[in-house]
Amino acid sequence: MEAFTQHTGLVVPLDRSNVDTDAIIPKQFLKSIKRTGFGPNLFDEWRYLDHGEPGMDNSKRPLNPDFVMNKDRYQGASILLARENFGCGSSREHAPWALEDYGIKAVIAPSYADIFFNNCFKNGILPIVLDHTTMDTLFEQTEANEGFKLDIDLDKQTVTMPNGDVIGFEVESDRKHSLYNGLDDIGITLQQESAITEYESARQKRAPWLFNS
Amino acid sequence: MAGNTLYDKLWADHLVAENDDGSALIYIDRQLLHEVTSPQAFEGLRIAGRKPRRLESNLATPDHNVPTTDRTNGIADPVSRIQVQTLDDNCDSYGVTEFKMDDIRQGIVHIVGPEQGYTLPGLTMVCGDSHTATHGAFGAMAFGVGTSEVEHVLATQCLRQKKMKNMLVRVDGELGTGVTAKDVVLAVIGEIGTAGGNGHAIEFAGTAIESLSMEGRMTICNMAIEAGARVGLVAVDDKTIEYVKGRPFAPKGEQWDMAVEAWKDLHSDADADFDRVVELKAEEIIPQVTWGTSPEMVKPVNGNIPNPEKESNPVKKEGIERALQYMDMKADTPITSIPLDKVFIGSCTNARIEDLREAAAVAKGRKVSPSIKQAMVVPGSGLVKEQAEAEGLHTIFTEAGFEWREPGCSMCLAMNADRLESGEHCASTSNRNFEGRQGQGGRTHLVSPAMAAAAAVHGHFVDVRELELDPELAKASEVH
Repeated sequence: MEAFTQHTGLVVPLDRSNVDTDAIIPKQFLKSIKRTGFGPNLFDEWRYLDHGEPGMDNSKRPLNPDFVMNKDRYQGASILLARENFGCGSSREHAPWALEDYGIKAVIAPSYADIFFNNCFKNGILPIVLDHTTMDTLFEQTEANEGFKLDIDLDKQTVTMPNGDVIGFEVESDRKHSLYNGLDDIGITLQQESAITEYESARQKRAPWLFNS
Repeated sequence: MAGNTLYDKLWADHLVAENDDGSALIYIDRQLLHEVTSPQAFEGLRIAGRKPRRLESNLATPDHNVPTTDRTNGIADPVSRIQVQTLDDNCDSYGVTEFKMDDIRQGIVHIVGPEQGYTLPGLTMVCGDSHTATHGAFGAMAFGVGTSEVEHVLATQCLRQKKMKNMLVRVDGELGTGVTAKDVVLAVIGEIGTAGGNGHAIEFAGTAIESLSMEGRMTICNMAIEAGARVGLVAVDDKTIEYVKGRPFAPKGEQWDMAVEAWKDLHSDADADFDRVVELKAEEIIPQVTWGTSPEMVKPVNGNIPNPEKESNPVKKEGIERALQYMDMKADTPITSIPLDKVFIGSCTNARIEDLREAAAVAKGRKVSPSIKQAMVVPGSGLVKEQAEAEGLHTIFTEAGFEWREPGCSMCLAMNADRLESGEHCASTSNRNFEGRQGQGGRTHLVSPAMAAAAAVHGHFVDVRELELDPELAKASEVH
C-alpha cells in the first residue's frame, strides 16, 4: 500500500448526503477480478449520460456536463469533499479502489459508513472527519474560488486552507501509523503469530466443534 | 459494575490480543466466500506466497453473478463467467469447500450458511459482503468486510478491530396480522436513519423479536447494515438451538451437548449497559413501503409521499427533492398510487422458505395483474427451492403468473441478467433502494414478501392486512 504522509491537491465538492457505494462504483464493474482500472467508472451513472458496461472505451462516452467532477475547473482534483454517511451500503472495496484509481488521495466529510471508512485505510486513502460547520465553510470556499486547494498533513493531523487557516482533525493512532508508513496489515498481524496460536489452542478446547475438518 | 451485553461477551470471547494503540486482534471463527469480493484476496495470498491458515474455516458458493434461468449451458455473460470460474479455480487450488453452481446446496451465502449449520451461535463470522450481519440472528458476531480483510482472514484467521458501541433496539408487544419482520426492520430504519447505527452493534430484543422465527430474525439482522450497523444480534434461545440441531455442519453427539451448554450464556445480562436504547411498540408497526432512494425513506402503506417543503433541514430537504425526481413521484400522493412495473421476491433478506410461504399465502388462487410486466420468485438456495417445490409453492406461484427461478442474488443488485429497465418501478423484497441498484434508472420499493405478492396481484401497493390469505400457508409463515 502507498503511504500517505502529506498531500496538497485540488478540491472537488460532491454536495449530497448518503452517497452509497453502488453510486461510487456500480455493480457491473464489480465483475472484474483485478484491483485496478476502476477509475474511469467512478460515479459512472452520474458521470456519463449513457449506460456503462465493462470493456467500453470510456473516453468516447458522452459526459454529463452537470456532474461536478466533469467541470473543467475540477479536473485533476485529488481531494473529495462529501456530506454525511459517505460510502454507505455495500462492503465493496471496489469503491476505494475506484477513488484511488481516479486519483483521489483524501476524502473530507462529516461522517462515513463504517466498512467504507475502514476500506479507505487499506488502500492509501485518508478519510478525514470534520464537523458540519467546517464542512459548510469548505464547500463555500471550494465553490467560490476556482483552483481551491487544500494541504493535508497526516503527521500533524492538519488541513491547511489557502489563506493559511489551519483545521485540526482526529485519526486513530493505529490507522495513522499504518497509513503513514504504508504498512502491510497482514504482515503486522503475523508478527503476533504466537498469540494467535495460543488463542487457537484454547478455543479448540472450549469449542472443539469448530475444529472438525 | 454493569453486566455485559451479548456483543461484549462475543468480543471478549474472541480477543486474541489488545494493543497499546487501542486496537485489538480478534479471532474469526468462520468466513463465507463468494465470487465478487474474493478473487483479489486470493490473488493477494498468491503474490505474497501465503496459504489459508485454516481451510475448514472457509465455505464458498457463487451467488451474485449466477443466472436464475436454465443453467445447463453455463453463464452467458463472459465477464460473469470468468468471475465464477475464478472462484471455482481458487477453491479447487487451495482446497476450500465450495458449493458450485450445479450443486443443490448452492445459493446466496447468507442463506446457505444458516441452512447448512455453518452459522452457529457464539461464532465470529465474516464475509466480503455487508449483509453478513444476517448471521447475528444466531447470537454470532458477524459482519461484512472488504476484500483486503477477506485476505487478512484467509491468511491469519484474525482481524484488527476497534470495539463498537452497544445499541439496543427493543420491540415489545404483538405484531398485527400481516405485519412481518421486514416491516419491523424497515420501521426501525425509518426511526433511526441509515446512519443511526454507525459505529454500533445493534441487539434486537423485546417480546416481538422473541416471538419471531429464526427466518424472521435473520431478516431483521440482515438489514442492520441499512441502519448503519455492521453487526446485528439476537440472543440465543430454544428456537435458535432447535433450528441449528441436525444441520450438516452443526456439532454432533457429545460436542452438541457441550455446545448447547456454552450457547446458553449468549444473551445480554439483565443489568447490561447500552450506549443507546431505541424502543418501538409492535402494535404501532404497520406494513412498510420505501418511496425514495435510501432505506430510511420509508412510510406505512397507508401513508403519503413526503413533501420536501415541510422539511426544515436543508440537506434532508434536498435529499427528498432529489429522490422524488429520481423516483418520478409527487409529494403528498398516497403510497398506494405508485405505479408498478415489476415484482421481485428474493434476496438474502427474504428468500428463505418462510418468506416464500408468506408470499404464496397471498398468491394462492389469485393472478398477477396484467399491468405487471414481470413478477419473479427467486429462492435463496437450491435447498430452499427443493423444499418449496415439495410443498407445492412453485405451482401456486406459476399458476398465479409468477416466474419460478433458480437460486441466487438476482435482481437485488442485478449483477446477472435480471434487472430493471430505466424508469421501471419494482416492488422488491430486497434490502437496498439506492439509485440504479436494480438496474440503471430503475426505481425500487422495499417491502415484505406478503406485500410484494399483494402488489403483484393488484398492480399497485395494497395493505396486505385487508386481504384474505390462504389459512394453512399463512399459519406456516409469519403472516398470521
